[in-house]
Amino acid sequence: MASKQITDRAVNHVWKYPDAKLISLGIGDTTEPIPHVIASSMIDYVQALSTPEGYRGYGAEQGNKELRKAIAQKFYKDTGITDTEVFVSDGAQCDISRLQLLLGSNVTTAVQDPSFPAYTDSSVIIGQAGDFDDRNQKYRNIEYMSCGPQTHFFPDLSITPRTDIIFFCSPNNPTGHAASRVQLQQLVEFAHKNGSIIVYDSAYAVYITDDSPRSIFEIPGAKEVAIEISSFSKFAGFTGVRLGWTVVPKELRLSNGFPIINDFNRIVCTCFNGASRISQAGGLASLSSDGFKAARSRIDYYMANAKILLDAFASLGLKVYGGTNAPYVWVHFPGLSSWDVFNMILEKTHIITVPGSGFGPGGEEYMRISAFGNRKTIVEATRRLESLLP
Amino acid sequence: MASMLNHQLSTCAISSSSSTFFNKTNFISSTSSNLSLPLKNPRIQCVANPPAEKTTYTTKVSRNANMAKLQAGYLFPEIARRKAAHMLKYPDAQVISLGIGDTTEPIPEVITAAMAKRAQSLSTIEGYSGYGAEQGEKQLRSAIASTFYKGLGIEEGDIFVSDGAKCDISRLQVLFGSNVTIAVQDPSYPAYVDSGVIMGQTGQFQKDVEKYGKIEYMKCTPENGFFPDLSTVARSDIIFFCSPNNPTGAAATREQLTRLVQFAKDNGSIIVYDSAYSLYISDESPQSIFEIPGAKEVALETSSFSKFAGFTGVRLGWTVVPKELLFSDGFPVAKDFNRIVCTCFNGSSNIPQAGGTACLSPEGVKAMSEVVGFYKENTKIIVDTFNSLGFKVYGGKNAPYVWVYFPGRSSWDVFAEILEKTHIVTTPGSGFGPGGEGFIRVSAFGHRENVLEACRRFKQLYKFISNDESKLLENAWIGKHMVLHLASSRQVYQELGVWSENRPPDNLPQ
Repeated sequence: MASKQITDRAVNHVWKYPDAKLISLGIGDTTEPIPHVIASSMIDYVQALSTPEGYRGYGAEQGNKELRKAIAQKFYKDTGITDTEVFVSDGAQCDISRLQLLLGSNVTTAVQDPSFPAYTDSSVIIGQAGDFDDRNQKYRNIEYMSCGPQTHFFPDLSITPRTDIIFFCSPNNPTGHAASRVQLQQLVEFAHKNGSIIVYDSAYAVYITDDSPRSIFEIPGAKEVAIEISSFSKFAGFTGVRLGWTVVPKELRLSNGFPIINDFNRIVCTCFNGASRISQAGGLASLSSDGFKAARSRIDYYMANAKILLDAFASLGLKVYGGTNAPYVWVHFPGLSSWDVFNMILEKTHIITVPGSGFGPGGEEYMRISAFGNRKTIVEATRRLESLLP
Repeated sequence: MASMLNHQLSTCAISSSSSTFFNKTNFISSTSSNLSLPLKNPRIQCVANPPAEKTTYTTKVSRNANMAKLQAGYLFPEIARRKAAHMLKYPDAQVISLGIGDTTEPIPEVITAAMAKRAQSLSTIEGYSGYGAEQGEKQLRSAIASTFYKGLGIEEGDIFVSDGAKCDISRLQVLFGSNVTIAVQDPSYPAYVDSGVIMGQTGQFQKDVEKYGKIEYMKCTPENGFFPDLSTVARSDIIFFCSPNNPTGAAATREQLTRLVQFAKDNGSIIVYDSAYSLYISDESPQSIFEIPGAKEVALETSSFSKFAGFTGVRLGWTVVPKELLFSDGFPVAKDFNRIVCTCFNGSSNIPQAGGTACLSPEGVKAMSEVVGFYKENTKIIVDTFNSLGFKVYGGKNAPYVWVYFPGRSSWDVFAEILEKTHIVTTPGSGFGPGGEGFIRVSAFGHRENVLEACRRFKQLYKFISNDESKLLENAWIGKHMVLHLASSRQVYQELGVWSENRPPDNLPQ
């Protein structure tokens, strides 16, 4: 697992250089405090749990109705998605696995290459993926859709075989690319033509700064072919608080006409017991006008970090991608193995990054630099990076 | 059709029944069949440009056959659905819930104060933390090990903190995969069977015996002291065992668990031991499977703060996987469980974890035992009530569940009747497996006055029948309930003031 290897190398490095101040631009973890307006709603909720009037037991497995409504209102206005199609969860990573459980081991899947490892890993665990081929670093039954600069980080669908499920993350982790409306229209058409289901991961949608679509459901016809997962993690700093959601449109049907929302509901009621009510209270507050404004200011902060990092790597003469619609900068080191680059950066600058190969073979030669972090740390990192290349 | 769909979906919040709402015959079809009538009668004119036939789009993704095996919704949303329907029907009724085992009493302040403190610190620079370890916070894992597993050789590293036992069960099932065979107690908490079906470990549901194929159902009845006769149990890879038991309330003895561990050892099986109610034990029954020598090589244990600290909505639990537990090839189960936890989960929420650590402080342990004690007193009141009415009553000593025997009657019928006549929600025993037929589970969570009121209503309902019965029969147990069945329902209902001229008793569930 990439993250364990990264941790191991970091630990070794610190052992080797005990006085080095390690900077992590590695794991995509938020660093700035949760805004007061959001935290105080959770404090109030928790305190109420000690009172007879305020105590609550089990919540609906699908989530608090008010929160479901607020999510639909805030993120899916004008798409026709209603609160009954929104399922609140303890995060996108957990939802991905529940979706896999729902879909079962007999479906075929496609992922972007590179992509967030959970799609592939969960696919392996549930039995869809087949054996790992050491030669090309791919699982035999997974379709890897190459996404590189030459194809504008969008797969060439004309050469992509049909699969039942297509995992698609936009804005993308790790490349930072936000798919354009035209690209997503092509994707939806492709899914329609093939009778496939898109699992669209929009966890970074709030980081979009241009007019790229924030939701797959902005594309006509998407409700018949797509499920969307998202998260409060990167939006409200909830990486430790744990809150996300999945949208399953009523119109999405399996081949026998059965609405998949019914099966997802059954999974949620059997394999899950609802997200923590405390987290949900915080989530609701983050969607209030004040809460959203406060969360936005954190996002803007991280995106300003991203710009600084983007410029820093570009000034080294490297080709840089992402960083404008997502808190990730994707840097190309042509001809070099990404683990070698990881080691070089760590050794020379005491900065932890993530080797692109951790996201699939398509990530080789690239490094993911995450823009989460305190501004001072980010600036210090860029200072150190000046001496990276000879 | 669309509005019906919307209505049905809005009830999805409390119901998970899928096939009952959306079977093939009533999904949306906007095929305009009336426009395709052949023109046999020239007086019927087609519109000049009839709209093209619209067929509903479907993907080409096949439904997971395992999902199709599930018979109906998960049990508890179904109970909630019936409760809600009942409340719509009787908007003025004071419905009392002794059905879903949901805690009702406030969380002690020592615990919520810790959670408030954590939430507060998340809004500060020094106190903010992002992703936590997927296995849980160190101090909580350590506190769980030392509070629940002291002296049993279970360490912090063996503990995996979760968002609850139900979620852990599914993650364990994902870990085990579809090729294992499972055994469950009969009756048992439905999540073991349902998660097994979803994973593909079972065959089809056999309606005649109310069982899924390929599952070994280990009957637990009053006759065998609610412990299976292991000499008649076939080997399975995994044995789900819950003690104190939901729904029967039975706590296995040391001797019984020793036999269970030996059975697992002899068969090379893994016991998944659910100890979510361990703090309700009043006697010497073991509170953990690991009290049994040798258990670490054959068992893992799952538990929860839900019923100890009222964390049903807060969401916190744990699973213990001993280092010594190995698969047939020698691979440690804990390593694979760790991988599952890191891939399919992202850790429990940090705020509940702070609460959990506070629960296990000396003050927190004391506070939890007071809350548990309160529910145990409720349980006693319910047990005494049913005893006084002459029922055969089980459980209630080591668990917050009372398992009441209604011989010769369908438990869904009894459930419906109790709901209709007394506005009390219980849980029908057959919802927990065919071995639950003939029983009703009464849960003891509730405000004291509601529990007392519920018991008053039970006494009214069944004392009346007792009086009637004593005129006809003397010590016939079965007879008593046949009288209930045969006596004029209308008369009974009128006496209880729940009869309405226009409304016969609600449809009995299938």
